[in-house]
Amino acid sequence: MTIQEQMSAELNSAVPAARSTTDLLDEADRYSFAFLDELSKRAIRRAILSAVAVPGYQVPFASRDMPVARGWGSGGLQITLGIVGPDDVVKVIDQGDDAGVNAANLRRLIQRTTGVTTTLDRREATIVQSRHRIPEEGMPDGQVLVLQVPVPEALRGIERRQSELRRMHAEADYSRMWVALYEDYVRHGAITKSTGYPVLVNGRYVMQTSPIPRWDVPRLHHHEGLALFGAGREKRIYAVPPFTDVVPLTFEDIPFEVERIPGAVCVRCGSTESYLSEIPQQDSPSRWVCSDTDWCDRRTAGQS
Amino acid sequence: MSGAQEAALRVEGLGKIFGPGCPECVAATGPELARELCAVCGSIVACWDVGFEVAAGESLGIVGESGSGKSTALRCLAGDQAPTAGHAYVRSVEGGTADLFTLPAADRRRVGVEDVGMVYQDPAEGLSLDITAGGNVVDRLAAAGWRHFGRMRERLLELLSRTEVPAERVDHVVRTFSGGMRQRVQIAKVLANRPGVLLLDEPTTGLDASVAAGVLDLIRDLQEELDLAVVVVSHDFRVIEMLTRRVLVMQHGRVVEQGLTDQLLEDPQHPYSQRLVAAAR
Repeated sequence: MTIQEQMSAELNSAVPAARSTTDLLDEADRYSFAFLDELSKRAIRRAILSAVAVPGYQVPFASRDMPVARGWGSGGLQITLGIVGPDDVVKVIDQGDDAGVNAANLRRLIQRTTGVTTTLDRREATIVQSRHRIPEEGMPDGQVLVLQVPVPEALRGIERRQSELRRMHAEADYSRMWVALYEDYVRHGAITKSTGYPVLVNGRYVMQTSPIPRWDVPRLHHHEGLALFGAGREKRIYAVPPFTDVVPLTFEDIPFEVERIPGAVCVRCGSTESYLSEIPQQDSPSRWVCSDTDWCDRRTAGQS
Repeated sequence: MSGAQEAALRVEGLGKIFGPGCPECVAATGPELARELCAVCGSIVACWDVGFEVAAGESLGIVGESGSGKSTALRCLAGDQAPTAGHAYVRSVEGGTADLFTLPAADRRRVGVEDVGMVYQDPAEGLSLDITAGGNVVDRLAAAGWRHFGRMRERLLELLSRTEVPAERVDHVVRTFSGGMRQRVQIAKVLANRPGVLLLDEPTTGLDASVAAGVLDLIRDLQEELDLAVVVVSHDFRVIEMLTRRVLVMQHGRVVEQGLTDQLLEDPQHPYSQRLVAAAR
C-alpha cells in the first residue's frame, strides 16, 4: 500500500456514517441533567462554596451562556441548576409572583432539563429562585433561596474602576459609601435608596441586596436559609449563609426604615403587614395586592 | 532612637527610584553629575537619602526647581507612592515606633486619614469634585469611623467655617467652587480628624496673589492653633519665607543644603541655593 492509499483509507475510516437530520435534532434535545455539563456545575458549586466561606464577598465565576438572555436571571438560573438534585422541589418567582413570564419560563426550563418537581407553595419547596423578593414568611424551614442579581457591586455607582473597587473591598474602605448616604440625606432629608439597599454582611463586606425592596432587607439578618446571589451578566456569585449578621448601612441617629403606604390594604386577603403592589385605577385611588401571591392565596383560602 | 518620641515626624534615608533600578543607580546620579537618570539602567532616581525631623508646632520647607524630587518625597510620606528606601515615623502612630513604609496597606491608609494630612496643589487630587464640600469632609470622618449624622454635620460645619467656606455653600458641589475656595475645602477635609502632621504640596501655586495670601494666613493660623508639624514643598520662596523656619534645598533628587530659612535666604552657601535665591529675588 502506498502512503497515499494508506492516508486516504485512514481518512475514510474517521468520517462517521451520514445520519439523518431527525437523528441530529433528536440528539440535540438530550441535555445532561440540569442542562449544564458536569464540569460547569462543579465550577459553579466551587464558587458557591467560596462565597459561603466569605459571606458577602463576590466570587468571580465563568458564567456560561444560557438559553435565557443575560440580565434575565441567567446567574440565578446557573446557581439553581448547579445545586439542584433529582429530589429537590423548585419554586420560581418574579417579584412575588409565580405566574410572571420570566418565572414561568425559568421554572419550565428547570423542570424540562432536570425532571424535578416544581411547586407554587413555598412550604413544599427546597429551592426558591426569586427575582426581587424574599417570600413573605422568609424561609423558616431553612430552604435555599436563590436570587437573580443584575448588578452585584454595591459600590458601582460610586467608583467605576474595578481595580479601585477591589482595593476598597479588600481594605474595607467604605467611607465613600457613607458619603453617598450623607449626600442623599442632605439633599432629600431621607435615604432614598429603595431597592438594592447596601448592607454590611458579617461585619466585613458591604453587599448589594440586589433588587429586593427595603421591606425584605431585615429578613436577610439571621436568615434561616442559605441565600445565594447569582449575577450571570457580571459573572459573580455571593452568599449569605444561615444566621449571618446582615446590617443595613445607616447613621446612628437615623434609623433604617422600610417602605409603608399608610392605609394600603391587600384587596384580596386584607393584609396590611405584607409587601404590597400597587394597581393604579383610572378614576379612583390605587388598589393594592400582596406581592407574594402564594402567601396571599393561602391566606385567602384560609379565610373563605 | 530616642528622638522618635520628640519629633512629630521623623524621616530617614527616604529614596524613590522609578524604573527597574540597579546597584549603580545612586552612584550614577545626583547634583555632582547633574542628572537623575541612571546611565546604566535608565531608571530615574527621583529622590535619595532625604532625612529630616519636624516637631509639633514647627514647620519645614523643601525648595527646589521642578523635577528636583521634592514632591515625590512628599508623596511617599502621604502614602501615594511606595518609596524604594528609607523609614518614616510619626509620633501619633504607635508612639513613633512603627515605620510607615512597612505598614500593611489598610493601616497605611488609616495613617493618611488620621495622622498625616496632605494638601495637594491641584484640589482635584485631594477632593472629589462631584461631591459637595460637606460630603468631602464626611469622607474623612467616615473613614475614621464616624457614623452619627448629626455629629458629622456639626463637625464639618465647624471645620468649613474655620477655613472660611461660606455656610451657604457647604452643600454645593465642589466643582462649582473657585480655586481658592477649593483649597479651603481641601484644608478642612485634611484637618477633619485632627492629624498631627500636615504636608503641603505647592498649596498656593495657581492661585492669584491676594487669594494665595489668604490661604497662607489660614495655614499659619491653623498651625499655631492646632500645634501642627508642617512640611511645605514649594518653589516659591515667599511661601517658604512666610510659613517655615527651617528649609531643605533639593537638587537632582538630593538635599544639597539645609538651614534656618532666613539665614539660608540671606546667605546661601551651595552654588545651587545661591542661584535659586538670586533667581527669586
